[in-house]
Amino acid sequence: MSVLIKKKEEIRLLSGNEAIARGAFEAGVKVASAYPGTPSTEILENFVRYEGVYAEWAPNEKVAVEVAIGASMGGVRALATMKHVGVNVAADPIFTVSYTGVRGGLVIVTADDPELHSSQNEQDNRHYAVAAKIPMLEPSDSFEAKEFTRLAFELSEKYDTPVFLRTTTRISHAKGVVRLEEPAGPAFRPGFISDPAKWVMLPVNGKLRHLVVEERTKALREFAETWDGNRIEWGDRSLGIITSGVSYQYVKEAFPDASVLKIGLAWPLPVRLFREFAAGVSRVVVVEELDPHLETHVKALGIRAQGKELIPIVGELDPRIVRQAITGEAIPVRAPEPVPSRPPNLCPGCPHRGLFFALKKLKVTVTGDIGCSTLATLPPLGAMDTCICMGASIGNAHGMEKALGPDGAGKVVAVIGDSTFLHSGVTGLMNVVYNRGISTVVLLDNDITAMTGAQENPATGKTLHGEPTRRTDLPALCRALGVEHVYTVNPHDMKQTEAVLRREVARPEPSVIITKAPCALLPEHRREKRPVYEVITDLCTGCKACSRLGCPAIEWVPFTPEEAVAAGKKATQKGMARISPLLCDGCSQCPPLCKFQAILEKNS
Amino acid sequence: MSVPKGDVFLAGVGGQGTLLASEVLCDAFLLSGFDVKKSEVHGMAQRGGSVTTHLRFGPKVFSPLIEPGKADLLIAFEKIEALRFAHYLRPGGAMVVNAQEILPPSVATGQERYPQDVTERLRAVTDRLHMVDALAVALSMREVRAVNIVLVGAASHFLPLPEAAYEEAMKARLPSMIVDVNVRAFRAGRALLQPIDR
Repeated sequence: MSVLIKKKEEIRLLSGNEAIARGAFEAGVKVASAYPGTPSTEILENFVRYEGVYAEWAPNEKVAVEVAIGASMGGVRALATMKHVGVNVAADPIFTVSYTGVRGGLVIVTADDPELHSSQNEQDNRHYAVAAKIPMLEPSDSFEAKEFTRLAFELSEKYDTPVFLRTTTRISHAKGVVRLEEPAGPAFRPGFISDPAKWVMLPVNGKLRHLVVEERTKALREFAETWDGNRIEWGDRSLGIITSGVSYQYVKEAFPDASVLKIGLAWPLPVRLFREFAAGVSRVVVVEELDPHLETHVKALGIRAQGKELIPIVGELDPRIVRQAITGEAIPVRAPEPVPSRPPNLCPGCPHRGLFFALKKLKVTVTGDIGCSTLATLPPLGAMDTCICMGASIGNAHGMEKALGPDGAGKVVAVIGDSTFLHSGVTGLMNVVYNRGISTVVLLDNDITAMTGAQENPATGKTLHGEPTRRTDLPALCRALGVEHVYTVNPHDMKQTEAVLRREVARPEPSVIITKAPCALLPEHRREKRPVYEVITDLCTGCKACSRLGCPAIEWVPFTPEEAVAAGKKATQKGMARISPLLCDGCSQCPPLCKFQAILEKNS
Repeated sequence: MSVPKGDVFLAGVGGQGTLLASEVLCDAFLLSGFDVKKSEVHGMAQRGGSVTTHLRFGPKVFSPLIEPGKADLLIAFEKIEALRFAHYLRPGGAMVVNAQEILPPSVATGQERYPQDVTERLRAVTDRLHMVDALAVALSMREVRAVNIVLVGAASHFLPLPEAAYEEAMKARLPSMIVDVNVRAFRAGRALLQPIDR
């Protein structure tokens, strides 16, 4: 990265997220705020490495956008980034900053996740551009990701509007060639200029700003007609394809000779350009992932076009899907081989495993939340019953208890990670206390935001810049909300964890159990010298008690009757356990599960 | 002379270093004057699940994704993963497969056995199958994390780049303290196969 920044102009292979970070740096962004979320996380992780910038992890996306708005008010260029569902959280300030407009350029990145690679839904955030009346740029590769990011800040200041930049996973996490340029900033100095009619959205002011927004959209529509990011690539006139984002690449791959109208500004859309294109080709097909956004607006103009009757509305596209949808021809390919599936799993040494193993024994309903812990749903743990969105576990548990009445007492437990709790679980817990709930909430404190790849949060004591800072004191916070019973346990000690769980679940009052142990992937944890466990072959009876943990390091060695005898076992023993020394993290959860004491520390 | 083009599909298990391997490959292509695109998925899939990288090079690359049945080379970091994504290989494509077995959860918990016929089934897909024991090479170097670069070395026989391009890419990409071990891993991997099958 340091080399990348110093050289004057060069070509680099960057992911879409790295390109956006570079674009923001080149645009002179001074303040950036985000909550991590796949596939957006790497934008700020890369941006923060540039000299002279300020970037931060906010507790949630709403705060991130509010911080970016504040920075824009203060006269600097500002960036907020988030995954698609993060925009739901941030929607409140977003819809109103559309009215106020900006001072320093303000760009909000929404990274959508068609195919739900790492998300709970695959919503299409182009709808937000229409609903909030905010222009939205949509790059189709890393090269455009950087160029469009720079442009987004220029448009923002020129048209006095926040600007959305929308990516999808195949833009954010695909690498492509990018041309680096020198940074340039806004042409004015930082400073807040008081202007209540612009910045104070009393109804009387908001009403007038709405008129401004409508005029702005008209002006942007004119920009959309002439900007070369919306362009016609004339080819064979018998097929004309309207497309945007990564779908453009699939179209170029599948139909290199077709005429293409490439849309770079997903909102507002160019009316005259649509008409010109449609008039020039004999068949119009709209190729876009997820919802019929372009298609709806094209058809609203009375243009005859095909879209979702051919192109799937669910999941990602690829060149093969596009070709097949339009030509109807299926090119035969080999069928995928049937093989054992390999879903993601909690890591070896994950502290969550101990908690969920203990929790499962209680036979309670577990309302879960977003994070690595959601993986506890999968067998053999199978210890989570619900998961909706960030912070939902606590409200869900409370609601379920109110629904079940006295019969539900002691039957529901909410489980939520540290970062998720601070994101949007705090208000849920406040609600439990306020409304005389009795929920038991387990707060998984692994000292990091783990699922997105180890980001700091308000409870970790470090900022995105790596500086030490004050930690949010989780037990004190819970007590301040009015929870009287707050206990901290070590989830690797499953006996203690289970005992505390049983006691608190039975208690007819709200309680919080904090399971405190670091994420097994943290570098400081990995550097620690830890034991490696092994299964003593002679003692293992093949009872599978340890396998129920679902630890990737515990492997099952199946026996044929002959192999069992050869190993000195009864012919009826179906196999035995083995611990992979490459994978064992030494967490010590499995030894107490073996009643034959067959799991021992290696070389002990 | 027309610039060659090709599609390289990498498959492995989260945590095996497929990402870094593909970075080195991409940089090597870029340094050699190719257009390159690659696509992979971060996040949830990385927690011990199947992971894939699509890498495409040529004079001009559009799609970041490889179509099933179009990959020229499949580099698999684990045997089952080779089989899982074998349908991405084009007829007559080459496969470099690490002989390592990492048990999927259903096998590790004893619900089913690790398929015993993986090599035979892979051979039915292509006669250009090359099984290599990258883990043994990495362990002999006392650096288990070098499995990924050993595989890159073995696979390099099937890519139109000079050896120097990979080494230059590693020098540019990796922290200086691990360049040496990775260059050695690359060479050891390259030595595993003969340059016959281009």
